[in-house]
Amino acid sequence: MSTATTHDAHNEEHPSGLMRWVTTTNHKDIGTLYLLFALMMFIVGGAMAMIIRAELFEPGLQFVEPQFFNSMTTMHALVMIFGAVMPAFVGLANWLIPMMIGAPDMALPRMNNWSFWILPFAFAILLSTLFMEGGAPAGGWTMYPPLVLQTGNAFPFLIFSVHLMGISSIMGAINVIVTIVNMRAPGMTMMKMPLFVWTWLITAYLLIATMPVLAGAVTMLLTDRFFDTSFFNAAGGGDPVMFQHIFWFFGHPEVYILILPAFGIVSQIVPTFARKPLFGYSSMVYATASIAFLSFIVWAHHMFTVGMPLTGELFFMYATMLIAVPTGVKVFNWVSTMWRGAMTFETPMLFALGFVVMFTIGGFSGLMLAMAPVDFQYHDTYFVVAHFHYVLVTGAVFAIMGASYYWMPKWTGHMYDERLGKLHFWLSTISVNVLFFPQHFLGLAGMPRRIPDYSVQFAGFNEISSIGGFAFGLTQLLYVYIVFKTIKGGAKATDQVWEGAHGLEWTLPSPPPYHSFSTAPEVK
Amino acid sequence: MLVSKTKRALTAIAGVALVLSATSAAADYALNLTPGVTPISHEAHTLHMLIMEVCAVIGLIVFGAMFISIIKHRKSRGVKPAQFHESTAVEIVWTIVPFLILVGMAIPATKALVAMEDTSDADLSIKVTGYQWRWGYDYVDDGVSFISTLATPKEEIYNQQPKGENYLLEVDHPLVVPVNKKVRLLITSNDVIHAWWVPKLGMKKDAIPGYINQMWFKIEKEGTYRGQCAELCGKDHGFMPIVVVAKNEADYQQWVADQKGVATADKEAAQRDWSKAELMARGEKVFTGTCAACHQASGEGIPGTFPALKGGAIATGPKADHLALVMHGKPGTAMASFAGQLSDTDLAAVVTYERNSWGNDTGDLVQPSEVKAAR
Amino acid sequence: MSEAHGGYYVPHGTHWPIVGSIGLTTLLVGLANFLNGSSVGTTMMVVGLGIVFFMMFGWFGQVIRESESGTYNDQVDKSFRWGMGWFIFSEVMFFAAFFGALFYARIFSVPWLGGADVETNELLWNGWEAMWPTNGPGDVGGEFESMAAWGIPAINTLLLLSSGVTVTFAHWALKKNSRGPLVMWLLATVVLGFSFLALQIFEYTHAYHEMNLTLGSGIYGSTFFMLTGFHGFHVTIGAIMLTVIMLRCAKGHFTPDHHFGFEGVAWYWHFVDVVWLGLFIFVYIL
Ligand code: HEA
Ligand code: HEA
Ligand code: HEC
Ligand code: CUA
Ligand SMILES: [Cu+2]
Repeated sequence: MSTATTHDAHNEEHPSGLMRWVTTTNHKDIGTLYLLFALMMFIVGGAMAMIIRAELFEPGLQFVEPQFFNSMTTMHALVMIFGAVMPAFVGLANWLIPMMIGAPDMALPRMNNWSFWILPFAFAILLSTLFMEGGAPAGGWTMYPPLVLQTGNAFPFLIFSVHLMGISSIMGAINVIVTIVNMRAPGMTMMKMPLFVWTWLITAYLLIATMPVLAGAVTMLLTDRFFDTSFFNAAGGGDPVMFQHIFWFFGHPEVYILILPAFGIVSQIVPTFARKPLFGYSSMVYATASIAFLSFIVWAHHMFTVGMPLTGELFFMYATMLIAVPTGVKVFNWVSTMWRGAMTFETPMLFALGFVVMFTIGGFSGLMLAMAPVDFQYHDTYFVVAHFHYVLVTGAVFAIMGASYYWMPKWTGHMYDERLGKLHFWLSTISVNVLFFPQHFLGLAGMPRRIPDYSVQFAGFNEISSIGGFAFGLTQLLYVYIVFKTIKGGAKATDQVWEGAHGLEWTLPSPPPYHSFSTAPEVK
Repeated sequence: MLVSKTKRALTAIAGVALVLSATSAAADYALNLTPGVTPISHEAHTLHMLIMEVCAVIGLIVFGAMFISIIKHRKSRGVKPAQFHESTAVEIVWTIVPFLILVGMAIPATKALVAMEDTSDADLSIKVTGYQWRWGYDYVDDGVSFISTLATPKEEIYNQQPKGENYLLEVDHPLVVPVNKKVRLLITSNDVIHAWWVPKLGMKKDAIPGYINQMWFKIEKEGTYRGQCAELCGKDHGFMPIVVVAKNEADYQQWVADQKGVATADKEAAQRDWSKAELMARGEKVFTGTCAACHQASGEGIPGTFPALKGGAIATGPKADHLALVMHGKPGTAMASFAGQLSDTDLAAVVTYERNSWGNDTGDLVQPSEVKAAR
Repeated sequence: MSEAHGGYYVPHGTHWPIVGSIGLTTLLVGLANFLNGSSVGTTMMVVGLGIVFFMMFGWFGQVIRESESGTYNDQVDKSFRWGMGWFIFSEVMFFAAFFGALFYARIFSVPWLGGADVETNELLWNGWEAMWPTNGPGDVGGEFESMAAWGIPAINTLLLLSSGVTVTFAHWALKKNSRGPLVMWLLATVVLGFSFLALQIFEYTHAYHEMNLTLGSGIYGSTFFMLTGFHGFHVTIGAIMLTVIMLRCAKGHFTPDHHFGFEGVAWYWHFVDVVWLGLFIFVYIL
């Protein structure tokens, strides 16, 4: 740690041990906290998914009661989205953005600490509902009224934990934006920023624009339940569907919050291992911005069956289909970056390639869902479940894992075990497809989602899917092992780590000093 | 050509799957949407195939290019990386071409959507009401109405009996409709949101409490078609199936006449006084079919969610309060108003049953006439 | 011990956030327990609120001390500005959710219930006729009177608008470093703000006691009280912050070219002002 200027006016304590982590304002410490927290929540949410897959292994009720099954589905989604994927991205942002733009730290370090330290409390509240009278929330992660209003004692706890997650995300996002606009090293113009930084800038904007809307929506739920308001009650002139509009106004941008940083990660990894600059940098930036813009006007594609007027259905169908265009530009750019490169296939690259293929498959099924007349068939079936796990698991989660392999040597100073990394990739890729691909078939054959039991015709593919699920889950134990092994030791990583890596973070030593750039680097 | 290729690939996967799980004999490995039995479902199926093929072709091109470069442009083959990183021309092309493809998709989709939403000129209208966890059907013009509940026994669900062929997709009173008639459904709900969906009919619509949604179908083939509630509606969301029986016109008219006969008989029965044994027997049936989902057959409920009726304050308190609660429900809770769902006789029976079961021994009888007076 | 990096101040270690988290959690868990009818709720809420206030005094106090001792350079100042700007944007989106509910009800749900959707209207609501204001076809909460625009609300509009002007005068005074007028104009702003609140409390009391207009008065009551209520809450916070700024000005804080604290609160105050204009138009007049 450097000992630059001291200000005697401030006698803040400088604790070690646990208190170091609790009071830290350092972007790397906080990044680490976020990443470890995300990994923990991934395991918790994954354990819930395992319960779901175990119950669905065979027709009939075997392990859990229907109400508890619904709780598992609901909590699994909330924990994975708000506890695993979003915090993982924020952790990456914390670690990487200051290093990538040549800043000493995040712009608002104290607030940075608070953004993280709200999360453990929010999830303690959420997970504590599992032990409450009436059980954990079981109305789906989408929390539709009137069903969610039937939640037992857990109800206000659900609402307040969502509020806390929202506060955390908004503060985190403000920090990212301020850091990017205000902390860039001289010469680091906007159009020179690495794509990860760009995608996060736009993600942060989406977060600030939508998390408050979610907060508003759940607040209305709270008042409908406890203070006699009628927002979602037809007798009083409200409408249950109104909640869905407000929720998805948040919810659709939310799914891009879960994927844009992944686009950024892949845009960093692919050029490195193709040893060729990213194809179409500026169109990547514009495509990201277009996706973000469009994400605000497509929300009702989740609601084609609620009985919207025809014009509404048409509008949302067209707008949704349009998103394929900028997303396509991204996919084409990645492929063109590989084209005539000199590729090698270390673990991060494998995950990036897996991402490109499997995210695109998820995108295709998304496009199919966007077609309203057919969505009447797909909606609320396992086809939707397959779609979003392709974009979320083989999309977002694969990108996060790829990122962790890519930057772990920089963070820890140690190389991870390449052989194990590759093994992890291949086992994951095979099992995840066994897990989720058959769910397309189940959906098309007519299996609704969110059911604990199903008719016998669906037994076959459910069995396969569950086997894939257990295999994928077990494989992640290997990942946990690799991560901790790398933290503890391993071959010394060089500063550049990867032959083809470019960017400011690779000019720092591995591991980097406590304050990334005490003096701003000059960017040409 | 492409279709057959994808099909072959899918069949291959399914083959592997079959080997993997020889255990589930009843399972079929259906891979795709079926064309269904209504004009709407044919359109949906055609569109589905179309967009799937378009995606498959684009996928082949994109992944093809990617795999070529993975194989050919790898460092281990000693290639030198090119340094190009921009081309406005190709970027414009791959923005415009997908856009045009999408326009091409949007046109038939728009046509289909307009047709699907056109509920005018129906031959027959049926009001469908979602309840936790049953469906109610009211034939608007014929005055027939009934409730349709899951018929699969608990023993099958809890694996104490082998599962039947239509496990979880069977009901006590199916919806009966005539073939080749445009049937319009007016869908609503009494409590939470449900969704009415029979895959073979090609349409799904949410049941929103307080609002009516419409959908229509015209079944082209006599037969029995099965579906399920498709919107999470609580504990037994997985257990509220839908069965539609499509009959020819004559059989349908016969069925309507029969239903009317049953209704008249019921009405007459509600005029007279019932004995305790009669009320208890009927009450048990109503309770098992309607109330036990929440309050449990044992009357003990589920602590924290659904109150016990066994020894419950209301079930052992004044008779009139008990009847009023069951008739009007408790707004804001899962306890719905049953006045619209159950007949006078059924209400009388179920209240009598609750007051004289599981050790509740009030000895009270509630007669259908009392219910009628309380309405 | 804290460090500057190329002049950018990066604080080291802070325990205020964890205190804040504990406070917030205690407060919210208390509130949840209270809503569930558990007896520990109220106590927990009071304790939690206490911790949150303690945190705010501590945290803000530290920031004020650092600011006054010249720790923050222009770049830090800029970070604060961007941060405040985006925070206000998030608040705008929070209100957008409730305005969205109001528009949705007026444009869609109430007309549908009231005949625009014939089937809904006739099969479920006995031909009920749409109108605004309304407590819905179920007459939820019983008959009520709606709030007229041209009484207290109009006065309140004037109060808030003039407070926007006075805070701007205060800003000009600060830029000229004329301390007397600065404090005087701020005092005027604070007084206007609290008068607004007093009138709103009077309005609410009147609504509850004489007009039978409550949160439970169907969708009109819901949107009316939630929108004006959250706005009033923001006015309260704004007025408290202005009071703090006023006291700081009186103590000689801020300089003509270094006064982010002042400006941040002024922005917030203008935001509250603009939201009110939206409310006045869409809730009261239309
Ligand atoms: C990371 C998260 C993520 C991402 C990125 C996406 C991306 C997309 N999603 Fe998905 N979606 C979810 C997460 C995500 N989704 C979730 C969680 C749900 C369910 C929520 C719930 O109900 O619980 C859902 C549900 C959902 C629905 C509602 C389904 C239903 O309930 O009935 C729809 C409908 O339109 C949809 C559409 C799309 C589309 C069009 C895209 C597009 O962005 C995809 C664009 C990408 C491509 C198309 C591929 C690449 C493009 C090319 C190679 C170019 C050329 C292609 C063509 C011209 C065809 N999604
Ligand atoms: C980022 C988000 C995310 C992620 C990562 C996942 C990951 C997984 N999801 Fe989930 N899922 C959602 C988001 C996500 N999901 C959402 C939004 C829903 C909709 C909810 C709703 O309807 O409201 C949903 C719903 C959902 C369903 C449908 C439930 C229903 O409709 O009833 C299913 C069923 O198979 C499922 C399965 C899985 C599985 C097997 C994984 C696996 O990838 C998980 C793998 C991870 C682990 C297993 C943990 C790590 C490993 C260990 C702890 C080792 C121990 C392992 C063993 C004991 C084998 N998910
Ligand atoms: C969807 C679930 C559900 C169904 C179905 C249901 N109930 Fe209830 N019932 C409830 C709930 C929840 C309550 C508690 C309401 C409250 O909070 O007071 C309740 C309360 C009651 C009570 C009052 C218990 C007490 O002592 O407070 C009676 C009596 C009752 N129900 C009878 C019935 C009868 C008769 C039926 C069937 C015709 C039925 N219920 C069907 C959910 C249900
Ligand atoms: Cu009814 Cu799901
Ligand atoms: Cu979406």
